[in-house]
Amino acid sequence: MSAQDFTIAAGLAARRRLGATVAMIALVAVLMLISLGTGPVRLSPLTVIEALFGGGSDVTQVIVREIRLPRTILAFAIGAILGLSGAALQGLLRNPLASPSLFGAPQSAAFGAVLVIALGLADVRSYALPVAAIIAAFGSVFVLLAIAGRNAGLLILILAGLAISSLAGAATALVMNLASNPFLVLEIAFWLLGSLEDRSFQHVALALPFIVAGAAILLSQASAFRALTLGEETAQSLGVDVGRLRLFVITGVALGVGGAVAVTGTIGFIGLVAPHLMRPVIGHDPARLLVPSALAGSALLLAADIAVRIIPSTSDIKVGVLTSIIGVPFFLYLIVRERRALGGGVA
Amino acid sequence: MTALVAEHLNVALAGRRVLSDVSLQLASGHLVALVGPNGAGKTTLLRALAGLIPSDGVIKVGGEALAALPLRERAKRFGYLPQGHMVHWPLPARDIVALGRYPHGATDPARLSPRDVEAVVRAMQAADVMEFAERRVTELSGGERSRVALARVFAVEAPIILADEPTASLDPRHQIDVMKGLRAAADKGVLVIVVTHDLGLAARFADHALVLSQGRLASQGAPADALSEAVMADVFRISAFRAEYQRETVIVPWAEI
Repeated sequence: MSAQDFTIAAGLAARRRLGATVAMIALVAVLMLISLGTGPVRLSPLTVIEALFGGGSDVTQVIVREIRLPRTILAFAIGAILGLSGAALQGLLRNPLASPSLFGAPQSAAFGAVLVIALGLADVRSYALPVAAIIAAFGSVFVLLAIAGRNAGLLILILAGLAISSLAGAATALVMNLASNPFLVLEIAFWLLGSLEDRSFQHVALALPFIVAGAAILLSQASAFRALTLGEETAQSLGVDVGRLRLFVITGVALGVGGAVAVTGTIGFIGLVAPHLMRPVIGHDPARLLVPSALAGSALLLAADIAVRIIPSTSDIKVGVLTSIIGVPFFLYLIVRERRALGGGVA
Repeated sequence: MTALVAEHLNVALAGRRVLSDVSLQLASGHLVALVGPNGAGKTTLLRALAGLIPSDGVIKVGGEALAALPLRERAKRFGYLPQGHMVHWPLPARDIVALGRYPHGATDPARLSPRDVEAVVRAMQAADVMEFAERRVTELSGGERSRVALARVFAVEAPIILADEPTASLDPRHQIDVMKGLRAAADKGVLVIVVTHDLGLAARFADHALVLSQGRLASQGAPADALSEAVMADVFRISAFRAEYQRETVIVPWAEI
């Protein structure tokens, strides 16, 4: 094999990955159109496009641009940041079972937000909500990585994540327990289920800046995840500041997940599932998985949010419930697949 | 030319003194064997020399103080091969070797400059891993994987290579191949420091031996002198069978059983 063959082989693999990424972008675009057309009034994709660009009747314009567009934008952005956070955590910890929801980040963010609501510090549309959610998410991921240390195995990560999400759940329950107003408790309980219903551009404005900032931070660290394939010590010997990288990832995940949870409640398991869907097509390179995982996360959440509007049921199914119903069996499947590594003990 | 100098190096890990007052001066183009019993501080010394863990004392690389060099700059000076050559994701061997160009700013194996491609190909040829460039490292045998790890270190093209037990868990043929590869690098002017428990390989391939015992440098010099009968008894609590075979030094550790 010569240097020329070498370059050709690398180019072929790159072209395949590019093709897969373009296909994912197309899929997300189609799902966004379907999402905009789905609801009590069904609209065809063509009508949706027309309405988006200011054509069609006034009614369809209001439905598409004011009622459904914020929901679709949120599903796209939140799905993307959850998929991206999952891929980043899996890259940082070199572990296919890492994800924000298994580490208790959304649960902790929800606790932060619930606390703010219950204490009456802010109504559900103020910036206090995402800020509290982000701080709580930062705390949870920070504690988890501190417990995990430099070369944590699967078992430690999963156990620590279980402990943190249980604690966040218990703390949330305590807040609800102590809340004086039963209506407030009901409102919090429904909010916790995770939903994209009736979201306005105000919600988009509340979440999007944090999601964009979080995504930018995580994407800026892409190549460091690749070096981490060789372990933390070797990555450091190659010039990666591992301590700083950890802090960046914690901040990026907390900003994204906190911002997302603040407007939708907890939506779990997208971050776990998305990278796994892309690995067979993109390969295992943790740097290359980031953008495709974000796209897969978008596609998953958009599809789930379309499904909850189509599935006939007496009361509406919340999208967070659906993602967990699909996500947890997938998690079990991953455990079975990783059984050998898990059985290997704490190391 | 002096490539690496350490003066009065002290390292404490978790409050425990691991290295005490280690001073050394090593020249380019030498293969240096770092030997000593388990727990003597060999890996710690390697990490400290590479600047991967904090240490008291002065380390100079090519005349410059290591402490003053930024991370990227340090990364270009050292090829560091850790024990066990762990690879966490099933990437093709080519991409793993290309990570050796990371310190030079080539962070994406799909977008290497012609210069980086040449360095990677050269490294893969030197470690004889060209034939499985496209195969996933996790599917390779232990011997093949160790050669890929070696190629990754070669690809850095650093003036100093630090290898931590690169021959551990390899069969005799692969042990010799790895040592031959490192020897060839030294012959091209690289300072190679190899941690090993195999005193036979140390005696055959090294120009210089450092014997570490309980965090102190117990002896150093040409392998046959540094691994003298007295040192073997004091440090390793064994003796050795010594001979010459095909005009090369043979040392076989020996103890009454």
